[in-house]
Amino acid sequence: MFQSRRAVEAGVSTAQLSPEVEIHQRGYARPDRLVSTAWAAENLENPSVRFVESNEDSLLYSSGHIPGAHEIDWTRDLNDPVMRDYLGREGFEALMRRIGATEDTLIVFYGDRNNWWACYALWVFQLFGHDNCAVMDGGRIKWEKEGRPLVREVPKAEPSTYSARERDDSANRAFRQDVLAHLKAGGRLIDVRSPGEFTGEKLHMEGYPNEGAVRGGHIPTAKSVPWARAVNTDDGTFKAAGELKAIYETEAGLEPGEDVVTYCRIGERSSHTWFVLKHLLGYDKVRNYDGSWTEWGNSVGVPIEKGA
Amino acid sequence: MSLPPKLQETLDLISLFPDRADRVQALISIADRFVPIDESLAAPPYGEGHRVPHCESEAFAWAFCSEGGGLSFRYAVQNPQGLSAMAMAVILQEGLEGVGLEEVLAVPDDLPYVIFGRELSMGKSAGLMGMVQLTKGLAKMA
Repeated sequence: MFQSRRAVEAGVSTAQLSPEVEIHQRGYARPDRLVSTAWAAENLENPSVRFVESNEDSLLYSSGHIPGAHEIDWTRDLNDPVMRDYLGREGFEALMRRIGATEDTLIVFYGDRNNWWACYALWVFQLFGHDNCAVMDGGRIKWEKEGRPLVREVPKAEPSTYSARERDDSANRAFRQDVLAHLKAGGRLIDVRSPGEFTGEKLHMEGYPNEGAVRGGHIPTAKSVPWARAVNTDDGTFKAAGELKAIYETEAGLEPGEDVVTYCRIGERSSHTWFVLKHLLGYDKVRNYDGSWTEWGNSVGVPIEKGA
Repeated sequence: MSLPPKLQETLDLISLFPDRADRVQALISIADRFVPIDESLAAPPYGEGHRVPHCESEAFAWAFCSEGGGLSFRYAVQNPQGLSAMAMAVILQEGLEGVGLEEVLAVPDDLPYVIFGRELSMGKSAGLMGMVQLTKGLAKMA
């Protein structure tokens, strides 16, 4: 029987692992990056685990969340209030101390919208080198559909003494100049927005502002793979590795190990695809361009393409 | 032009909660009142012309001329977890019931910031403002 490294580290016995076995059998490069809702339910009291809910909808956590789960809000907790950037080392330390996490704590992210914001939060955590992270497969909707408990009580953790390293963007984050260099080198890009956003087609009624950018379209040579294709529509879980390879490799033409940049409108949806490529399919050199279309579509001196 | 009285009343109520946590609870209570458009008026799959631009909760809007001559609005939110979109829909539907076109057009596009506060993410603000903009656009054609 399989036993995930994540489960071993968190002190969970093999007998408890049947949903984790199913995750292992999907063929991911890093199956330990996912935990099942069953595993989560069995580890709500595990002191070496912190559950973190991160949502697109800021009302959801307060309407009910997994018992003991902390909320991390992208705008309030992860963004720098002045720069268009993320929090720095001191801010990250304060955040981790607030939720009572140590350097060894397993952070299990989950949220709405098929874990889109959960993957975004995990991506930011990895910029600080907190590698002991996983996503609860299926996210909040699966937990709810299974009738598992939701509470409104906000946990108060005993503050920890977390010591973070300086944020290192180089491995997982791309900036505008990196994307320009990537383009020049013939690197591959995945545009995870909707097909309408990709083509530059106007889907709105006449007279309305559209993309939040001066121009519509996509970064030249980018392939369109909407982010939600990576999940099963029935329960929000991630598709098996074989299905993901069919999408990203057979259809979009990526090759294993290739240097890839993902982007969307502001870098949140593309962090979901970053997670899929990096952790589920094992692409070492995948970076998320969080400037994305709101920067590229408004930038002077950069090329775009329109159409499919 | 001042806002329609019912809409202003809701905004005044929300302004009583300067604390974020209290405001969130008030908005959750409003979202609890959400009732999607009756299927006799519109049934899924809804037309793309009714889709709220930029809304990740897959919200849709409709405008009708009510019997009294004013306007009436209905909404659908296909994401069952789209509480903010539901709260916004309730506020618009209740606040604009029976009002005239000019009053609808006078509703500021950035109304979501008044309701949800300035901490809205870029994506969330775009979707909620899209709901206001589509409501105004549909009102012109109703």
